[in-house]
Amino acid sequence: MSHRLPQGGRLIDKARTVAFEFNGQKMRGLAGDTLASALLAEDQMLVGRSFKYHRPRGIVASGAEEPNALVGLGRDARFEPNQRVTTTELFEGLEAQSQNHWPSLENDIGVVNNYLARFLPAGFYYKTFIHPRPFWKHVFEPIIRQSAGLGKAPKDRDADRYEHFYANVDLLIIGGGIAGLQAALDAGKQGKRVLLVEQTAHWGGRAPVDGIELGGKSADEWITATLAALGKMKNVTLRTRTMGAGVYDHGYALAYERVTDHAPSVDAPRHRLWRIRAARIITATGAIERPLSFAGNDIPGVMLASALRDYLVNYGVAAGKRIVIATNNDDGYRSALVAKEAGLEVAAVIDPRPDATGDLIEAARSAGIAIKQGIAIAEAQGGKRVTGVKICAQDSDGSTGEVIACDAVGMSGGWSPVVHLWSHCGGKLIWDEAQACFRPDPARPPLSHDGEGFVFVAGAADGHSTAAASLKSAQAAVAAATGQAVKSRLPKVVEPELGALAPIWIMPARAPIQKRAKMWLDFQNDVKVSDVQLAAREGYESVEHTKRYTTLGMATDQGKLSNINGLAVLADALQAQIPAVGTTTFRPPYTPISMGAIAGEARGAVFQPLRRTPIFDWHVEHGADFEPVGQWRRPYCYPRAGEDRHAAVTREINATRGSLGLLDASTLGKIIVKGPDAGRFMDMLYTNMMSTLKPGRCRYGLMCNENGFLMDDGVVARLDEETFLVHTTTGGADHIHAHMEDWLQCEWWDFKVYTANVTERWAQVAVVGPNARKLLEKLGSDTDLSAEALPFMAWTDAKIGGFEARVFRISFSGELSFEIAVPASQGLDFWKSLIEAGAEWNITPYGTEGLHVMRAEKGFIMIGDETDGTVIPQDLGLDWAISKKKEDYLGKRAQARSFMDNPDRWKLVGLEALDGGVLPDGAYVIRAGKNANGQNNVQGRVTSTYYSPTLKRGIAMALIHNGPDRMGEVVNLTDGKGGQIKARICSTIFFDPEGEKQNV
Amino acid sequence: MSDLSTLTPYVSVSELPLQGMITLRADLSQKTVATAVKAITGLAMPAPRAILEKGAYGIAWMSHDEVMILCPYAECAAHVATLDKKLAKLHHLALDMSDARAVFEITAPTAGALRDCLAKLMPTDFHPDSLGVGELRRSRVAQAAAAVWLTDPKTAQLFAFRSVKQYVHDLLRVSGAKGGEVGYF
Amino acid sequence: MLLLTCPYCGVSADETELSPGGEAHLKRFGPGSSDEDFEGYLFMRHNQKGVHFERWRHTYGCGKWFLAARCTATLEVFGTYSAQTPEHPKEIIAKIQAKRSDWSLT
Repeated sequence: MSHRLPQGGRLIDKARTVAFEFNGQKMRGLAGDTLASALLAEDQMLVGRSFKYHRPRGIVASGAEEPNALVGLGRDARFEPNQRVTTTELFEGLEAQSQNHWPSLENDIGVVNNYLARFLPAGFYYKTFIHPRPFWKHVFEPIIRQSAGLGKAPKDRDADRYEHFYANVDLLIIGGGIAGLQAALDAGKQGKRVLLVEQTAHWGGRAPVDGIELGGKSADEWITATLAALGKMKNVTLRTRTMGAGVYDHGYALAYERVTDHAPSVDAPRHRLWRIRAARIITATGAIERPLSFAGNDIPGVMLASALRDYLVNYGVAAGKRIVIATNNDDGYRSALVAKEAGLEVAAVIDPRPDATGDLIEAARSAGIAIKQGIAIAEAQGGKRVTGVKICAQDSDGSTGEVIACDAVGMSGGWSPVVHLWSHCGGKLIWDEAQACFRPDPARPPLSHDGEGFVFVAGAADGHSTAAASLKSAQAAVAAATGQAVKSRLPKVVEPELGALAPIWIMPARAPIQKRAKMWLDFQNDVKVSDVQLAAREGYESVEHTKRYTTLGMATDQGKLSNINGLAVLADALQAQIPAVGTTTFRPPYTPISMGAIAGEARGAVFQPLRRTPIFDWHVEHGADFEPVGQWRRPYCYPRAGEDRHAAVTREINATRGSLGLLDASTLGKIIVKGPDAGRFMDMLYTNMMSTLKPGRCRYGLMCNENGFLMDDGVVARLDEETFLVHTTTGGADHIHAHMEDWLQCEWWDFKVYTANVTERWAQVAVVGPNARKLLEKLGSDTDLSAEALPFMAWTDAKIGGFEARVFRISFSGELSFEIAVPASQGLDFWKSLIEAGAEWNITPYGTEGLHVMRAEKGFIMIGDETDGTVIPQDLGLDWAISKKKEDYLGKRAQARSFMDNPDRWKLVGLEALDGGVLPDGAYVIRAGKNANGQNNVQGRVTSTYYSPTLKRGIAMALIHNGPDRMGEVVNLTDGKGGQIKARICSTIFFDPEGEKQNV
Repeated sequence: MSDLSTLTPYVSVSELPLQGMITLRADLSQKTVATAVKAITGLAMPAPRAILEKGAYGIAWMSHDEVMILCPYAECAAHVATLDKKLAKLHHLALDMSDARAVFEITAPTAGALRDCLAKLMPTDFHPDSLGVGELRRSRVAQAAAAVWLTDPKTAQLFAFRSVKQYVHDLLRVSGAKGGEVGYF
Repeated sequence: MLLLTCPYCGVSADETELSPGGEAHLKRFGPGSSDEDFEGYLFMRHNQKGVHFERWRHTYGCGKWFLAARCTATLEVFGTYSAQTPEHPKEIIAKIQAKRSDWSLT
C-alpha cells in the first residue's frame, strides 16, 4: 500500500495538516502536498477509470504528463473537470471527484467494455457504426455522445475573475529547472529584459530530487543562492505557477499563470494569461520519462520510476512497501536507490540490458539491491492494485518465469525531451539514436520576423541527461539567443556517469498477441501495442492518421507519455525507421488552459464595448427597449405600461405623423472632408455630383465600392467652399472613414484633402412632424427657420433655446423634419429641453423601428436591408442619383460590366399582400418549376416588410426580376411554413408620393 | 466579472472634466504651422509620439500630418478660428474635437502598479525604456481605441471615444482592482 | 501574431492593432479600360507563397496605411514603407535578393 513515511519530503510541512475530500471521503494531507501525493499518502492509488474500457486507473506520473489521475475539482460555480491531481496543489477544503465511472469508482458498470475489449479494437467506431444508415442519427450518435468525454461540463456561471497581461521582453525562458535558472542568470548579467516562467510552484526542476551537487553545495542550496542572485537583478522577472503554454509567430508566446488555484480563498484573478512578445525564447522545459510496454503496465501501482522517486523525495510518500523497478537505462537505478534509502524493500531491478555497467548500477549493487539483467517483465499481475510481476528473459515470449511479489512497480523507458514549445511555431526535430528520442534540430528552428531562429533550447529539453551538460547548454543557448558571449563560470557538478540506454519498445521481445493486447501505450485513451500494430496492418502508414484511427495521443494528454512508444511500435510494424515515421504535430497549449484565462477580463460589463449616445441615460430612465446596432445600443421603441413592442411602435409613428416625434440620431456617422481638392474627391466617392453642391445646401448621395456595389448612403452638407460634412449610416461611420483614408493615402495622395471622423463630437436629434417648426420657434432661434429661409435640403448654424446648433432640413420620414446637431456634452440637456417644450404637442420619442417603418412607408432604402453587398444603385431605381456627366467615380467601371447592366437583374418594387397582412421577412418570390435540387425556382425576395400604422396594413419592398415592368402583377411568396402567400407588385412609395408633408 | 461593485481599487480612476482638444491636420514641417501652434500653446512642434505640456496647454503628435492641441475647453472655438486665420493660405484642417472624447486620469500607488494596470489591457510595451513620461501611445484598451500617456511616473491620462467611456472606465476598474496586482513593472 | 513596424510612428505594432488590406502596388483601371485590364485589377491577385507585397493600416495607432514585404511561408518581414510609394522599393528588393538569390519580382 502507498503511505507517508516518517522521514523525507523536501516540499512538505509536516506540522501543518490540510483537510480535503475525495469522492466525499474526508482525507488529510500536509501543506506542500499535491493532491496526488496526498491521495497516495492516504493509500488512494485508484483514482479513475480509463476512457474506453473503464479499466481501473492509478497515478502514473508526478507532473503535467499525468494521463490518468484526472478529477473534477470544486463544486457549482467553481467546478472544473479534468484537472490533474499531480499539478493540483493541496489546499484546505479541496473537494475532488473522480471521473468516467458509474455508479462508483470502485464498482463501475462500464468496465464491461473491458471484457469486450477484443471486440473493441482500433477503429471500432469507424467499423461498426456505419450501417444501417438511419441508425446513426437516432441510435449510435446519442449512445456515443452519452459515453464520450471524460469529465462533466460545469453547469454554473464561473464565479472567478481572470485577466490578461501583456509583457515585452528580450528573452523569455520557459522552465525553471537548473538550466532555466542558469540561462536567466547569464542573460540577466548581460542586462537583457528577462522573464523566467516555471509551471510548478518550485524552482530547480529534477536536480534536487536527483541528489546532484553543484559547486560544492546541494542542488537545493545552489537553487536558493541562484534565486537570491536573480532577485537582485531588476531586469529579471521570475514567475512560478506559470506555464509556457504556446509559442507563436514573431516571438509571441502565451504563459498561463495559476494565481489562486492553490489558495482559492484569496480575492484575486484566478488565472492570468500572459501575452508575451519576446525577441528570443529559450525553452528549458526538461524531459518526461517514458513508460515501458509490458503486459499489465496499466494496473494501478505501476508508475513511472521517476514519479515514484519524486513522491519519496519531495513529499515523503511511498507508492508501496515492496518495490520492483523495471528500466532500460541507468536513471531507473536512481529510483531504486532512493527507495532503498527511504527504507522500502526493493525486490529487484529488472533491466533488459544483458551487460549494463555504470556508477548507479554499482551503487545499487553495493546497496544490496537484486539486479536482474537481460530480464523483462512478462506481465504485471493484479486488478485494482498490482500484486506482483512475472519475469522472463527479454529475448523470449514470456511464457515461463518466476513471479516477484510487489505492491508498486517503477518503470523507466528512457527520457523524451519536452519539445512541444520548440515545435509549436515550426521548429523541426532530429532523431537522437543514442538516447532514442526526438530532440530539437538547431539547424531548423522556428523563424521570426527577421528571418532568424527565435527559439533556443537548454538542458534536458535539448536531450542532455546530465546536469553538467544541461548547464553548459544553457550558457550556449543564451549566447546564441542574445548574440553576446557568456563568460560566467559554471559550478562544478558532482553526479554519476550514465551508461547507454537500450531502446526496448516492448518486453519481452517476442511477446505474443495475448500479451501485446495488454501492453498499454496510451493509458488515457486505452490504446495498446496491438491496436497500433493492427492499424499498421490495415494500411495506416501516416502517424497522423494512425493517431486519429487509434486515438493514440488524443485528449488532454496529447501523447506526452505515449508518443515515442507509439511511434516506435508503428515504425516496427511498418518495418520503417522511427525518424521516417515522424511525429504527430505539437499544438499549443502545452497542457489545457482554462476558458476563463482565454477570455480574460472580457465578460459581464466589459464583455465588449457598448457604445452609448450622449442621451443614453434618458432612454434608460424612460423605459426604452434597446436593440444593438453594431456596438451601439439604440432604443427600438419606448413601451409604456401595458404596451407591447407593436403597440408602442404604432403609437410612436402615429404621434410623429400626427404631431411631433423625436429621434436620437447621434449614432449617424459624420465625417469632415476638407481641402482644395475636396470637391474632386467627393465626386470620386459618390455616384452623383457633389462638387456642384452650394454651401448651405444638402444633397443625398450614394457611395459604391470599386466592385460597383452600393456600400453606404447619406446626406452631404457643404459647409463652405472647401469643406463637406458627410453623413453616413450608423454602421458606416468607421469603415467609410477608413475607405476615404484608403483612397487618399494609397491612390490619390496628390489630392489636397484632409478628413476627420467627427461622429462622436455631436449629439444629433431629429425633430419630426407637422409641429416640428413650432417647437423650435417656441424654444427660440436666433436664425430664421421658415420654409423660405431654410427650405428643404438646406442647413444653417443657429442658436436654438440657447444651444449652439447646426440645423439640417432633411427628412428620413417624409415629415417636416429638422435634424439638429449640438456638441455631444450638451446633447442630453438639449434633448430634455425639446421634450419639455414639446409637451403641448404631445412630443413622442420614437425608436429605430418607428424610423424604419416611416422610411419604408416613403420607399426610402436602408443599407443592409435593400442592399447586401451584391446590389447596385440601378437595382434600387436610384439611377437619378448616378451622374452621367462624371468621367469617373468609384464603381463606375464595374457598373459597366456585362452582367451589371444586364436588364435581367432583380429590381426594387413595392409589394402589398392581397390579404393586407405583413409578408414574412426575407420571403422568396416563387417562379414556376423546380430547380435541380427539387426546390422552388425563385424570382425575387422581400428586403423590408412592416406593418404600416399610417396605412393600417402590411407594406413591403422586394427585389424582383424585372420588377418595375410588372406593376400590378400578383406573385406568390413563400410563407416560411411550407405554404404560399399572394401579393401584388406596386410602387415602393406607399405614403405621400408628392412629398407634400416634408416640403412645408 | 459581471459585478463590478464587489471590486476594491488599488489604482484610482476618474473621468476628468471636459478637456479642450483641437485636431490639427497639416504639413507639420511648415514653419507657419509651428508658429501658429506655438502662439496658442507656447510649445514647439512635438517629435513623433511625443506630448508636450505647459500649464493648461499641451500638444501631442498623433501622426505625421496631425497634432492634437490641448487647451481649456472654453477657448477651443477661438483657437480654431485663429488657426484657420493664420493657416488660411495653407491646406489644413482644424477642428474642435473636445466633445468627441473622454479623458481618464489613472493614479497608482507606485510607478510599477500604474504600468501593470495598463499592461493588462493594452498590447503596448510599457517598460520605462520603451514608453517614458511624456510619450503618447495610440493603441487599444481591450477592444476599444485609446491613447495613453504618463503625466508623471504614477499618473496616466487615457483618451477614449465618448461613446465607450463607460466601457473604458469599467475596464480600468477591473484592471486596477485589488488582488490583481501583478508586480511585473 | 505578426509584428510590423509602422513606418510613420516607428512603433512596432501588434497584429491586433493593424488591419490587413490585401496586395499592394495594384494599378487602378477605371472607366474606359478593357475588360481584361479591369478584371485583372479587380480580381486577379498573386496569392504568393513567398514574398508578398501587401497593405496594412495602423488602425489602432496613427491610422495610416503602409506597405510591407513579407514572406507568406516563413513570415519573414523584409521591410515596411510608406503607402505613397508607387514602385516596389529597390532597397527592399535588394534585401530580399541578398537572402534569396533566386527570387525576382513577379
